[in-house]
Order: sequence, then structure tokens, then C-alpha cells
Amino acid sequence: MEWLTLTIDGREVSVLKGSTVLEACRRNDIPIPTLCHDPELTAGGACRLCVVQIEGMRNLPPSCVTQVTQGMKVETQNPKVRNARKTILELLVANHPLDCMTCQKMGNCSLAEFAYEYGVTGEIYQGERRNLPIDESNPFILRDPNKCILCGKCIKACSEIQGKSILDFSYRGFDAQVGPAFNVPYNESDCDFCGSCVSVCPVGALVEKQMVGKGHPWEITKVQTTCPFCGVGCNFDLNVKDGKVIGVTSNPEAPVNGKALCVKGRFGMDMIYSPHRLTTPLIRKDGVLVPAEWDEALDLIASKFGEIKKNYGPDSIAALSSAHCTNEENYLMQKFMRAVIGTNNVDHCART
Amino acid sequence: MAENQRILVCAGTGCASSGAHKIIDVLQEEIIRQGIQDRVSVVSTGCHGFCEQGPTLIIEPQQTLYTQVKPEDVPEIVAQDLVGGKLVERLLYIDPLTKKPATTFANSNFFAKQVRVVLQNCGFIDPEKIQDYVDNAGYKGLTNALKMSPDEVVEEVKKAGLRGRGGAGFPTGLKWSFCRNSPGNKKYIICNADEGDPGAFMDRGVLEGDPHSVIEGMLIGAYAIGADEGYVYCRAEYPLAIKHMEIAIAQAEQAGYLGENIMNSGFNFRLKIRAGAGAFVCGEETALMASIEGRRGMPNVRPPFPAQSGLWGKPTNINNVETWSSIPHILKNGAEWYTQYGTEKSKGTKIFALTGKINNTGLVEVPMGTTLRDILFDIGGGIQNGKAFKAVQIGGPSGGCLPDEMLDLQVDYDTLTKAGAMVGSGGLVVMDETTCMVDIARFFLDFSQKESCGKCTPCREGNKRMWDILDRITKGEGKLEDLDTLENLALVIKETSLCGLGQNSPNPVLATLKYFRSEFEAHIVDHKCPAHVCTALLTYSIDAEKCKGCGLCAKNCPVGCITGEKKAPHQIDEAACIKCGTCLEKCKFDAVIRL
Repeated sequence: MEWLTLTIDGREVSVLKGSTVLEACRRNDIPIPTLCHDPELTAGGACRLCVVQIEGMRNLPPSCVTQVTQGMKVETQNPKVRNARKTILELLVANHPLDCMTCQKMGNCSLAEFAYEYGVTGEIYQGERRNLPIDESNPFILRDPNKCILCGKCIKACSEIQGKSILDFSYRGFDAQVGPAFNVPYNESDCDFCGSCVSVCPVGALVEKQMVGKGHPWEITKVQTTCPFCGVGCNFDLNVKDGKVIGVTSNPEAPVNGKALCVKGRFGMDMIYSPHRLTTPLIRKDGVLVPAEWDEALDLIASKFGEIKKNYGPDSIAALSSAHCTNEENYLMQKFMRAVIGTNNVDHCART
Repeated sequence: MAENQRILVCAGTGCASSGAHKIIDVLQEEIIRQGIQDRVSVVSTGCHGFCEQGPTLIIEPQQTLYTQVKPEDVPEIVAQDLVGGKLVERLLYIDPLTKKPATTFANSNFFAKQVRVVLQNCGFIDPEKIQDYVDNAGYKGLTNALKMSPDEVVEEVKKAGLRGRGGAGFPTGLKWSFCRNSPGNKKYIICNADEGDPGAFMDRGVLEGDPHSVIEGMLIGAYAIGADEGYVYCRAEYPLAIKHMEIAIAQAEQAGYLGENIMNSGFNFRLKIRAGAGAFVCGEETALMASIEGRRGMPNVRPPFPAQSGLWGKPTNINNVETWSSIPHILKNGAEWYTQYGTEKSKGTKIFALTGKINNTGLVEVPMGTTLRDILFDIGGGIQNGKAFKAVQIGGPSGGCLPDEMLDLQVDYDTLTKAGAMVGSGGLVVMDETTCMVDIARFFLDFSQKESCGKCTPCREGNKRMWDILDRITKGEGKLEDLDTLENLALVIKETSLCGLGQNSPNPVLATLKYFRSEFEAHIVDHKCPAHVCTALLTYSIDAEKCKGCGLCAKNCPVGCITGEKKAPHQIDEAACIKCGTCLEKCKFDAVIRL
């Protein structure tokens, strides 16, 4: 492994060959604002907020796509760089609704964070603003194209993580926008509603619809947990406010899945508070399902299994297991069938 | 008159739209009718370059140039000239400088002062016939190249000092060597024919008029680089260029110049055409390749450079039409011959497209280093209607407007860049005293902001905001601080944009601010447009002393805002006036005052 030494703001640092200037800065706690960068996605160099000044290079190169070279001299905070970043932020804010008070993203918005840091007023550039219809077509994702800053991360999350490529840019120049092909609403596209796009959106253009109005980031406790829907073992954060789960957000540190989730994991947690949810075992008595204690239910099952096995033989019993269960649970199920019941009649809903 | 004669009728897009095909039809009928079909042939050629005077035709071997020919002139041309041997004087070109008719095309200033290398076949051969090209030393450059090693060919192009004619002026030989030295057994070359600058049509002229020169250039490049497949990416708005290119490729395949084992050299090369869907940004190399691959034409960050990872991830070399078309001449005549033209750092000749308020609109080719004054006044014939020159926009929407005092600048890559403009693809849009520079800056920005792909923030949002500010200034709603805002925004867009479009789109604003700041200030401070273009800043009134009350203004006013008794001075209702200027045009007594 080859190490390269460069100077950032007068400080000498060493990084592995192949690192970008942004990576070099991040590893050394040198702050660089970014809107379109995500370590899990290919770098696009689109927002241009991460520009820096590098000795000997023309213009202000974006640090996210500029590779470190030996002896490079980088300035990340000089007046020219800060002015360029501030101007870019002013441009974004000039075409962004300033309804931050009621925005679901308030407190978690990268644009707001950097606009605050750079003293953006939102008053320099006056003129036309994007005025596009909000996509409320589905129960999961609320898409407000007017808040979109066209960073392109949702497009890449959809194609690079999810492999679906539902989203892309359309139109040109000031009219450019992001959306499904032919600009149809989400529910008319082939979208699976995995919500990967939502998980990477730096602003309030894509938000979890179920969480709208339910709480601000500072009121929410994030509880990392494993998704109960299937055996993959995805982790995510339950967003808990006042002891109640109000939604699910990706946890980038999730060991199995990173930010990726499926529609069930991300948007299916309303089942927690569903009135239809079974909370006790039910036993059919005189044709009616009656709530029962666990011991009573298990005793009944054990005696019935014993009875059937005795009268009709072990092969008269079969087990169908579920993808809801973990691998370990599924293992136990077949072990139980083979060792205790004595049959090979095991099957699984995900077999075919 | 018994000698054989050829009539070369320009059927390029310009002349074709003003009736060249009809002229060709009538000529052919008339030649038969007057019985000279055995010794006179009619050739439908590409662009003669003299678009302003079109349709044009040249009679060989006399070199007689007839201009603005109409179908009804044909019988006279045939009878008087081809049969009678006497010039049809009324159709000769009258030089605006000498006021004398030019008896041959070569002794008109327009042609005499040009050095036509790339354009030498344009207008003189039938672009649909490969034999015409071969008869004019066509494919000689390729023959020479195939006798050399690929490295020697690259060296020859380096020695010639040819620089990219698409705008950036990167040394062609060096560019080739990057791709040649890039590892990989599959390489591509591309001809960038996505000519999109407003007022630039030199590539169209070459593709339409001499398509084989492009093919030959690409063949030589492919051999030198080690590519076996190439694409011509041509904008779909050039149907005739695409048609001629398709014919040329088919004929070159049949003649064995394209395909397998070309001229028994063991070298293989296939060439395909891809039509672009009308996006200016697709002239940018990475966007162009994305478009060929079937993706949205959006530029990508570099590195990787196309020479390392280009089309479908393979090493790729892209040059523009004029660059490719220069190559056969270099290989045919040698690098040393080529370097006799041009300046120390900009060698060879360059084609310029003259448009705007200039007498001789058209395509001209001159050695690099020729001054703007020579191009615009000697060859271009000066400004239309005797008006005063004001500025010339060079390099299209990415270039800059240069004023009168810059006219003696040598046109080469480095000098123009220093002056805040660029050679660009070679469009020269000429403006006279009736052009408002704020309005012009707004015009070019309107183009750039609409053609921005939308990927990077400064280009997408910044160009729009510059346009907003300029629009307000032309409406008299500007503030002096706006000029500082414009300047800061322009510099940030230049320094932070992803591709050449954004890095250069502020040039027209910066150049007009630099050279014509007083015009901006007049709009902002005095609420006046000195060139009387910005309608919101104009006021029309009638001088009661001069007005005879003829009523012509009132009769023609489209909104009926002029009133008055007959033979008594009229008045304009300023609130209702839409400032169309009709009254000013119609008044025979100069009584309408425009301020």
C-alpha cells in the first residue's frame, strides 16, 4: 500500500494512494460541505459545494472527484473557496421553497445546515422558482420536486443499490428535474417503494410520508433493531417519540444491509399498532376462536401432535415454515420435525 | 466555344433553401434545349461558402461566378455565356469595397484573400461521387499514412502543430498519442459533428461538401491510434450532412477504403453514423459518448479521460469535423507544408462562419493569425448598409464580444483567450451600431441556460440567474449593484462548473461587461438603451413641427395609439404604445422621435 502526503490548509497529512481530496479531508476531520456525495454511491461531482483550491490546478476542483497526488497543496477555507460555496448555496436557496418551519426535514436538512453555516440570505437572486406538482400518489413516499436540489443521489441509489433505475433526470437547464420516466407519479412507475431514494435525499424533496407531522429529529430517539419481516437480518432505526414508534429510517452502519431496506421493513412498521394484530394465541372452541394462554395453546398442540402421530404415523404431519423466521428458527423447525416428530415433511414459503 | 465546361451549382443547405435544386433542374433542361449537353455538365456541389450571395454557381474552366441566381436567369446564362461566350454581367458579384464586378470567383475579395485547405473541395466536387474526391488527390493521405508506422503518423500530426478545431485547441497529435498509448485491444475514434454554436456552420459545410475528407482523416487517425471502429456523431438537424456521409461511407466501403484489410494493409476500420437528438451539451466529449451509448447526454467528471476509458469503457479519441478533415492534407503534403500557415503556436488554416450584420455572410478559410479586421472587412466585405461596426462575438455562446479596438488582434487560440474570447468552433457573429450589448449578452445566456444539462448547480442555476439579472437590466429595472453580482456570479460559474459549457457560458457576460460597461450603466442609471433595442426603455413621440398630419403613422399603428386631425400634428398615447417602431419606419418626414 502506497501512502501519499499532501498539505491541507497548511497541515501535512498522509492518505492511501487512490484517495480523493474529500476522503483525505474527512479522515483528518477537516470539514467539507457536500450535498451530492455519498460513500456508498459513485461520485458525480454535481453539486460543486465541495470545491477547494489546489495549487497548480485551474478553476476550483471538486474535492469529491479529485484524486490526491503526492505533494498536493489544498486550501479548503480560503475566501475564494468560501465565496464560491456561498454563491452556490445562494443559487440553490433561490430556487428552493423556504417553508422550513413546516418541512419534515427541518433539523436534518443538509441544505439548511450549510446555508446557515455560510450565512446565506436567500435574497441575492430573485426570479423564477420551480413550481411543479407534488407527488402524493402513494402511501409511502412524499415527493416534492420543488425542494429537489438535483444532487442525483436518489437516481444512483435506485440504480446502483436497488438495481431498479426508476429515477432519472429529465428536461434541461433550469427546467431539469428528477422523476420516473415520462414524469409519471411514483405509483404508476415500476417503483417497489424500497425507499432507498428517501434514505439518501439531503433535503425535504423525498420524505417518509407516514412520518410527516409526527415529530422532529430532536424529539426522536433512534433505536437500532433487526427487521422482523424476514430472515435476512436487516437493521434499521426505529424512530421513537414519546414511547411510540413513528417510523423507520435507514441506519448507515447496519452490518447486513447498510442503508438499503425493502418496502416492508421501511414502511411496514405500522403493523405494530394495528388493531388486527394477534396478541395472544387463539383456540377454536365450538367453532369460535377464543383467546388462550400460551401454556394452554402449547399443551393443546403437543397433545394433538402426539395423538395424530400415534394414530396415523409421523408422515401424516408436515411443517411449512416462513421467511419471516430467521435461519436459526427455520433450522429448529426442521430439526423438530425430523427428530421429534420423525418425518421429512418440511417445506418453506420461500422454497420456489 | 467548343471546350468542355462544368457548371458547379452550390446545393449546400443555404443555397438549397433558396432554390438551388430548381436551378439545377432548369439548367439541365435548358442545356438539352440549347443542344450543348455533350460538352456541358451540371454538378451539384457542396457549399461554396458565399451564402449571402446564394444561390451561387461557378462555371469551369473560366471560373465565372454568378450570384443570386434565379431559375428565370438560367436561359440567359446558357444562351449568353455557355453558348455565346459572353458574361452575364448583371449576375456577377459586385465587390462592396471596389464596387467593381468580379469576373471570376478568384478575383473577388471574398475568395482571393482566403486560403482554402479544408474547404478546397467544397463547392468544386460532387460530394455524392467518391470518384470526384479520388480525382482530386483523395485518399492520397491515407495511402501515405499506410506506408508509415502508426507512431510515425502520430509524430507527423504532432509536427504539423494541428490543434483541435472544435474549440478547445488541444494539440491533436498529443491527444492521439494518449489514446494510442492507452492499454487495450479495442479502441474507438469519434467524429464530433454535433456543431451547435449559434452562427457556426463550418462542419456542416465540410460534411455536406466533402464527406470523404472526414472519412479519410478518421481512417488515418484510426490507423495511427489503433482503432478499428469509429462513429460520426452528427446532429439530426443536419439531414443533408447525414445523407452525404451515409452515401460516402457506402461508397468508401465499396471502394475498399473502409472495411477489412484496407488497401491490402491488414488494417481494418468500420465507420457508423449516430444522429444526436438536438442537445448542445452533447458536443462535450463525455456527454457525446453517453448519448452514443443510449444514455442521457450529460457530461461526466474527468478523469477518467476518454483516452483511458471512453465509449463503452474503451480508450476513445474524439476530434471534430474540421480537425479530421485537416488530417488528409497534412499526410498528403507533409507537416512542413502545413506549418507554413499560421502562427508560432496555432498552425494551419481555420474556417470561420461569418454571420450577423456583415455583407458577405458565409464560410471563409484563412491562415491562423489573420486579423479580425482582414476577415471581417477584406473578406467579409464590411458592415451591412454602411453602418458602423460595434462588436464581433467570436466563439459562440462560450466566446466573447470583442469591440472595435480589438479588430487588429490576430485570430489564434492564445491571443483570443487572453482577450476574453475564444476561437471556439469559429463562429463570427458581427454586430453593428444598432445592436444592444446587454441584449446580446442576454441572448447568448438564454441559449446557454436552456442548453445546460442541469447536472451541476452553478451552470443550471447560475446561468438562469445571470439571465434574470440581464433581463431586468434590459427592462430598466436593474441596479448598479447588479453588475457586481453579475461579475461575481460569472466568475464562480466559470470556476466551479463541471464541463466546458458552464466554464465558458459566462464569457459573453464578462466580455460585454469589460468592453461595453457604459451600455449597461446607461440602461441602469439613465434608463436608456443607446442602441434603441430594448423596447421597455424606448419612448416614441411626434415632433409637432415636422409632422404634416398625413396620418400614415396612425394608419399603420397596430394598436391604434396615434391620433390627430388630418393635416394637423399627431400625438402618440405613450401608455398604449407597444414600441414596435412602425410609425418611425412609415413616417416620411422624420417626425417620429425615438428616445
